[in-house]
Amino acid sequence: MQDKPNGLMPSRRSMLTATGAAGLLMLSSGSGRTQRAVDRKTLKAVVHADLKILDPVWTTAYITQRHAYLVYDTLYAMNSKFEPKPQMVEGHTLSPDGLTYVFTLRSGLKFHDGQPVRATDCVASVKRWAARDPMGQLLFGFTDRLEPVDDRSFRLVLKEPFGLVLDAFGKASSPPYILPERLAKTPPTEQVTDPTGSGPFVFKKDEWRPGNRAVYARNLDYVPRAEPPDYLSGGKVPKLERVEWIYIPDNNTVLSALMAGEIDYFESPPLDFIGMLKDTPDVTVLNIDTLGAQGLIRPNTLYPPFDKYEGRQALLHTIDQAEYMGAVVGNSDLYLPFCGAYFLCHSANDTAVGSEPLRKPDYAKARQMLAAAGYKEGQKMVVLQATDRPQYSAATTVLASGLRKAGVNVDLQAADWSTITARRARRDPPDRGGWNLFITTHGGPDVSTPVSNVWFNSKCERANPGWACDPELEKLNAAWAREPDRTKRRAIIEDIQRRAYDSVPYVPFGQFFQPIAFRSNVKGVLVAGQPVYWNIEKT
Amino acid sequence: MPLLILRRLAATIPVMLVVAVVVFLMLHLSNGDPAAIIAGDNATTEDIERLRASLGLDQPLAGQFVSWLWQLMHGDLGVSIFNRMSVTSMIVQRVEPTLALTLLTIVIAVLVAVPLGVLAAWRVGTLTDHAIMGLAVAAFSCPVFLIGYALVQQFSRTWRILPVQGYTPLAEGLVPFLQHLALPAISLGLIYTALLARMTRSTMLEVLGEDYIRTARAKGLGVMPVLLRHGLRNAAVPVVTTIGLGIALLLGGVVVAESVFAIPGIGRLTVEALQQRDYPVIQGVILVSSLAYVMVNLLIDLAYLLLDPRIRY
Repeated sequence: MQDKPNGLMPSRRSMLTATGAAGLLMLSSGSGRTQRAVDRKTLKAVVHADLKILDPVWTTAYITQRHAYLVYDTLYAMNSKFEPKPQMVEGHTLSPDGLTYVFTLRSGLKFHDGQPVRATDCVASVKRWAARDPMGQLLFGFTDRLEPVDDRSFRLVLKEPFGLVLDAFGKASSPPYILPERLAKTPPTEQVTDPTGSGPFVFKKDEWRPGNRAVYARNLDYVPRAEPPDYLSGGKVPKLERVEWIYIPDNNTVLSALMAGEIDYFESPPLDFIGMLKDTPDVTVLNIDTLGAQGLIRPNTLYPPFDKYEGRQALLHTIDQAEYMGAVVGNSDLYLPFCGAYFLCHSANDTAVGSEPLRKPDYAKARQMLAAAGYKEGQKMVVLQATDRPQYSAATTVLASGLRKAGVNVDLQAADWSTITARRARRDPPDRGGWNLFITTHGGPDVSTPVSNVWFNSKCERANPGWACDPELEKLNAAWAREPDRTKRRAIIEDIQRRAYDSVPYVPFGQFFQPIAFRSNVKGVLVAGQPVYWNIEKT
Repeated sequence: MPLLILRRLAATIPVMLVVAVVVFLMLHLSNGDPAAIIAGDNATTEDIERLRASLGLDQPLAGQFVSWLWQLMHGDLGVSIFNRMSVTSMIVQRVEPTLALTLLTIVIAVLVAVPLGVLAAWRVGTLTDHAIMGLAVAAFSCPVFLIGYALVQQFSRTWRILPVQGYTPLAEGLVPFLQHLALPAISLGLIYTALLARMTRSTMLEVLGEDYIRTARAKGLGVMPVLLRHGLRNAAVPVVTTIGLGIALLLGGVVVAESVFAIPGIGRLTVEALQQRDYPVIQGVILVSSLAYVMVNLLIDLAYLLLDPRIRY
């Protein structure tokens, strides 16, 4: 056997080198910087979740709501002062008795299939939305009838005055999006899969690849309002030809892609990336959600000790919001040191009334109150921990620590979020597949009023898992909703919050903000509480 | 051989039936509720119950199974609970990236690993052998995601010559296709290269100690004919088995590589469907993957017949 190079080796090496170099040259051609310069009319955005469902009535998933804002238009929309402003409607009239609204649509509105938007489309869309949305259900509890008047006008007749008609039509999260009547007549329990709307972008269903990509093209027929954009209201001018949503599950990959210029927009960077992104040249970090999100601890009111007020109030004394926020967020620029407002600090319903027990932990008092509520020494308390949601998992660890300091025998039960969503809906006792506590978070606009905040809903059997039950609180909520005068509503909010700190439907453990990051050549990004894609352009 | 193929194909039917029953039961008896996920965080208990009923998830398990089996017998894998797309079309969309990544990975692994394994066996005990085996151990010990991130850092962020993520179908051009697959295929290929190189070396060592090799060398045959014609050919059966198993495993989904490089393949489809409890998609993917596994095994068995005439079934 030979173990020395033969005469052919140098030429083989040369060939290999040449082949390798040619291959690398071939592979690298057209990539990197060259590729980035190709298209200034397309925005490549990495979104926080995969778009799987197109019907915003069928699901309340945020990704579907964001899709809906691209393809559908709304009757009203919130401005930055959280006032509903006309969007598809030109205006409305209200009868002197405050019971009959007549809304008139702007002229020139068209669906993506070329058909004009008519009053019948609006009526059918609002009815479908009201069958599912809690605020819609509330509105329809006060409604006698909703009917078209002519092609451009429709009438809402109330049984008694209701102060939130325009707020309901223009709510920031899950408003009534307007679909063609043929689609809006689909029962709300069935999913609409035809994405025809009248919004500023058209969904390219033929290019949709669930798990990978969703594509939107500019709606050439869209007629924006003349006013400048303000939060979700005003002129929605689509300046991009194309918006491509890309779903990349690995955040490190998204970070690399943003830095390399392969993507333009990172909708939901992990909060521990924010410092690094701020220091990255050519990348801008912007907080587009001035309200932020609220973290909340949900007690199960069906079983001791949280079936009693004292038990739930005891939880308040185990909370150190700064500790929670340190674990969940880390970066102190991105959270408030303390917020005792159930409806978020800096919102129209911000108040600190009643929040004193939440300000400083008092474990001895918590222990005492738990005992008064029937908690027995050593009894297991089942706390659900979502291991695939880092923020929830971190907050749950802090919760367990606080409870242990108050003498609770915590039984942390870890599972993925899908399992927890199913488990939390079970009404079984905690030691037989049920639960005592879990943690979740909730987006700003939803939380900021007593009627849109679903975790605040205290309708017993009809409330969200945890089944908060307080008829007195519900009466106050209804009074707030009925009151048309915003100043008077403000006084009712304080009564509501005072009562809430007695009955404790949930415990707010902090308020924090999720900025977005984008390439610095992306201009016109709006502070709209959520990512919206009108007004954006690339330079 | 045709009879063998027919017999083996017929044997796949009970195998697939068992897979179908096991997958269905495991999924439906596990925790999680697609209706709760679809309804979203803000949904009430009533909303979830209504949705569960509209999706037919409140029906008895036996009824759901029979109805799914009936669909299967008609070649219909059903539709996704979430986006109402047919499971078949979802799998078809995802097959190309996974297949492309698998084949490229295997090609890289075979082209690099087999010569290295033969070289290490030939130079057993020398520095060359130790170096090759040391590198193989190092490559085999490195997680795919670590290799992936390192490659992205160097090739995509520092040199900016290859893209960080994504997949371009072959129909859109060979160059972008290879550009997007280069880094994931190298990341995955390193591990399979290591595995295959070690397997080739150990099998070759056994073969090189055989009498017929000594005879061949005594007859004055050159190194290459001895190694390739007499050595490698006789060592091929375990090597082909390793290659085949590698293909089958990769086809089943290369989750980590697909996630790190954002390749929309079968692996990611499976994980996403599992996270969402999208039962029809999970069931469909597992059935198709099992079928692919069975088919690859059949091909390996057929390859044995070609490589070693002594083998009889």
